[in-house]
Amino acid sequence: MTFPNPVAVAAPAAPPVHTRKRTTLSRLGQTFAMFRNGKSLAGLAILGFFVLIAIFGDWIAPYGPLDKDFQALRQAPSWVHWLGTTHMGEDVLSQLIYGTRGVLVVGFTAGVIATIIAVAIGVTAGYVTGWRSESLSALTNVFLVIPGLPLIIIIASQYENPSLLLISSVLAITGWAWGGRVLRAQTMSLRNRDFIQAARANGEPLYRIIAVEMLPNLTAIIASSFVGTVIAAVLGLTTLAFIGVIPITNLNWGTILFWAQQNGAFPDFWWWYVPAGLCIALLGMALSLINFGIDEYVNPRLRSAGERARAMRKKGFVLSDSVTAVRPRAAAKNPSDPGATDASTKH
Amino acid sequence: MTTLEFKNVTKKYRVRGAGEMLALDKVSFTLTSGQTIALVGQSGSGKSTIAKILTQLERVSSGDVLLDGTPIPTWGRPLRRYRQTVRMVFQDPFASLNPAHTIRHHIERPLRLDKVVPPDQVEEEVFRLLTRVRLSPEQTIDRRPHELSGGQRQRVAIARALASRPKLLIADEPVSMLDVSIRLEVLNLLAELQSEANLGVLYITHDLATARHFSDEIMVLHHGKVVEHGKADEVILTPKHDYTLALRNASPDPEKHFAAPTTPGATS
Repeated sequence: MTFPNPVAVAAPAAPPVHTRKRTTLSRLGQTFAMFRNGKSLAGLAILGFFVLIAIFGDWIAPYGPLDKDFQALRQAPSWVHWLGTTHMGEDVLSQLIYGTRGVLVVGFTAGVIATIIAVAIGVTAGYVTGWRSESLSALTNVFLVIPGLPLIIIIASQYENPSLLLISSVLAITGWAWGGRVLRAQTMSLRNRDFIQAARANGEPLYRIIAVEMLPNLTAIIASSFVGTVIAAVLGLTTLAFIGVIPITNLNWGTILFWAQQNGAFPDFWWWYVPAGLCIALLGMALSLINFGIDEYVNPRLRSAGERARAMRKKGFVLSDSVTAVRPRAAAKNPSDPGATDASTKH
Repeated sequence: MTTLEFKNVTKKYRVRGAGEMLALDKVSFTLTSGQTIALVGQSGSGKSTIAKILTQLERVSSGDVLLDGTPIPTWGRPLRRYRQTVRMVFQDPFASLNPAHTIRHHIERPLRLDKVVPPDQVEEEVFRLLTRVRLSPEQTIDRRPHELSGGQRQRVAIARALASRPKLLIADEPVSMLDVSIRLEVLNLLAELQSEANLGVLYITHDLATARHFSDEIMVLHHGKVVEHGKADEVILTPKHDYTLALRNASPDPEKHFAAPTTPGATS
């Protein structure tokens, strides 16, 4: 029952290196590895800037958001009013700073609620089989095709003064379905992997299989669906405010655009509407950058595609050529047909 | 002494639109501790189905699986206790370890689940298990699977399978995904651990050569049926079924084609 070759048994241990101590900090580093790339960091920096403004808005803003200065109506940017004033003499910069809080609070609350729904329904739909999976999938599909904005308008208009939480919830309910679908697909693929089978064969209880063995492998997708929902919620909120569904007492960037639109600011009084639009675009860009970064972490092929193309070009290949393209050197060896090879390699 | 018995086990899979697929057709065999049976057969012959039934990832359609004469439980605590006695090493070490968790987690879980040792001795036991499969505990314990080579991962998988001190071990092609140069090492390790713990091993493989060396009996599976079952040498030297013959002829015979064996381990 034994092999007559005891020499091969001596296992080559890895060369002795210092033992790596796992600290709380390095664990955190592992968890947030998906944010450790240029795109994500740039996005996080911009997002952090807005978060700071949202937190410290009261101290930063030079005026109150609704302070009216009737001596300075519709004024262009100056040293007194950096971003000019509205038709009521309100300071646009102050409104912008105060409005940041509403946007971020609604965006992130909606993101959190939507992610919780998406994880609960998506992972369950992916793990169970048969009619349970199909019915949860059908539910997801229904929410996927519900036109979000009209629904929000209908619900929001039922209330005299809808709270931020209500607005967030409505945005979340119409926005979780996409994340739920992606999570379902990924869970279905994880479910049959060997390491899940091994955990089952070890007798792990179901809740541990889902919470401990599966969820850590889904963090990147959960994070990306969270960020996606935040973008959608921010755009939804500003749209609602702009079309006037959300009462004007809820100050956010959309409200600024609403007032600008109502008072004929387009196109002459650019300082009134351009900054708010830019802020929306900038926040959307920051969140998208974070998402791209996560995507690259999940799918390294996205990251290396550019580098590979550059390396290929150095060697004289063009990536879009067919894989059987002939090297320039081979063309020199084969003078009978130089025209064809040249044409396929030099661009 | 633990005995596992397959009695006329039949397994049918329902295939959508195609009725039923017969994966196992009245398979019977007995595996006792200390013994190694090699299960040989081509892809789709039902080898992995047997492994799945033994680990209770699948249920039988008819027939009995008996552990020491009693039918194996299908749920609850008795099932967990059964699973403690029968463990499996998966084929692909790159897929059978959770990429999100450290080696410590993988070996700790069965220890804690089955309460093999008191909680305060778990760490010590993990070290002992890693040493037993010849991995340096200090260096491997806090790593994640992607930081290890295929052979090292398979050693971790073996340590995990042995953690609950099982009586029977299913090795589903444990070396087929490994580099040729380390296959023998891993097989030798398995053989050594087997004799240490008096394990019964079901060695599932394609490879007749290692099956002959590694096992006492060889069982050939073809389209869900046991077509041949006997002492390892008998099956190889006097194959009765065409498929066994084809398998034997397909594997290179160093004695026939080379003047001298190329490695001391290739023949015995």
